[in-house]
Amino acid sequence: MARITFIQNDGTERVVEAESGMTVMEAAVKNSIPGIAAECGGACACATCHVYVDDAWRQATGQPEQMEEDMLDFAFDVRPSSRLSCQIKVSDALDGLVVRIPDKQF
Amino acid sequence: MSDELIKTDAVIVGAGPVGLFAVFELGLVDIKAHVIDNLDRPGGQCAELYPEKPIYDVPGLTVVTGQELTDRLMEQIKPFGAEFHFSQRVESLDRLDGGGFRLTTDLGKKFECKVVVIAAGGGSFTPKRPPLPGIEQYEDKSVFYSVRKIENFRGRDVLIVGGGDSALDWTLNLQPVAKSLTLLHRRQEFRAAPASVQKMFDLVERGGVTFKLGQVTELHGQGGKLTSVTVKASDGSSFEQKTEVMLPFFGLTMKLGPVANWGINLHENLLPVDTAKFETSEKGIFAIGDINTYPGKLKLILSGFHEAALMAQQAHHYVYPNKKLIFQYTTSSSSLQKKLGVK
Repeated sequence: MARITFIQNDGTERVVEAESGMTVMEAAVKNSIPGIAAECGGACACATCHVYVDDAWRQATGQPEQMEEDMLDFAFDVRPSSRLSCQIKVSDALDGLVVRIPDKQF
Repeated sequence: MSDELIKTDAVIVGAGPVGLFAVFELGLVDIKAHVIDNLDRPGGQCAELYPEKPIYDVPGLTVVTGQELTDRLMEQIKPFGAEFHFSQRVESLDRLDGGGFRLTTDLGKKFECKVVVIAAGGGSFTPKRPPLPGIEQYEDKSVFYSVRKIENFRGRDVLIVGGGDSALDWTLNLQPVAKSLTLLHRRQEFRAAPASVQKMFDLVERGGVTFKLGQVTELHGQGGKLTSVTVKASDGSSFEQKTEVMLPFFGLTMKLGPVANWGINLHENLLPVDTAKFETSEKGIFAIGDINTYPGKLKLILSGFHEAALMAQQAHHYVYPNKKLIFQYTTSSSSLQKKLGVK
């Protein structure tokens, strides 16, 4: 179980509880977090669940794998902290995770 | 533009798994179908979004990938000889005076049919539009999401953005005609076929192509005429890139598209249907698969298959108003087996 904070571009924050094993994208969709379209349903095939991981959490969430890095080419305004939230697995170690939703998704 | 007119029993809009299986179910009741899809191949989302991804809930198949399922369905529907019309989108649907419909695609192909089966899933796959302020005013004038005619780019300064196959292919194909060609990508690595990447870097060495790292953040120009774009480099600094034309290639997204203008009732971008016939608010127009909605609807491939079977029963009434349809099993009916080519 982990508590995840989603911060919108306008500063609005929402904290949700996510079970270990699910993805950050699933936690967002389940809690109707705006800005996470997840068009492909988590297949790492659309880049519409793009988030910026808070600097303090970048080490804990790790680096994108090749497929995810490739798919990030389809995201808008990609930064070093960019991740696809469907590829971040929730675990106890991520309790307190903070991610930001981009101003614009495709 | 073609002025071809095709007359047939049924037109299926969408060649995803459910559209493909509709060919089967219609075929069993002697309804001949043509299938139209905006993609260049069958499979819909299965082919475009998850060809390599496993699907675990197709009955009878422990696990199957999107591409395998597509291939198997294509094999299964072969006996019915449906004709496919790819890389085009149905733009308009008109009612004919004597009953039936006329559909016209964006390539100008026309179809006249007795029933329409909309199996368009999440809508048609259309190129993603970068959310850049004011991009609308440049679209189709200076910003293009596809290349219809290479000649339109002759003698122009062209900027291609992206790192996939489309970006690389068009870099290679437009380079000979463009006045200058710049490829902009956010990183050194490419998703595109290694051979095309190599060809592109060869051209860079010979001075035919300029390759730059970065992402477009602003467009500049007037009256739809692009003059330059602002690019954010990977180190966070910005620079101006002069260009007359920009071609962004950021993949595809699903948009409902022209279906919304066909006079069918819509509910939150879905087509409400009844659960006995899967017919929309319009008689003779059916909706099956992810694009329809009804109480309890689940967006599952298996639900779409069921919907296709029931749809075909009602479609039979329209195509053969005077014929009684007797329900038969493929296991035991010799006439069905003859249609399947197994007897």
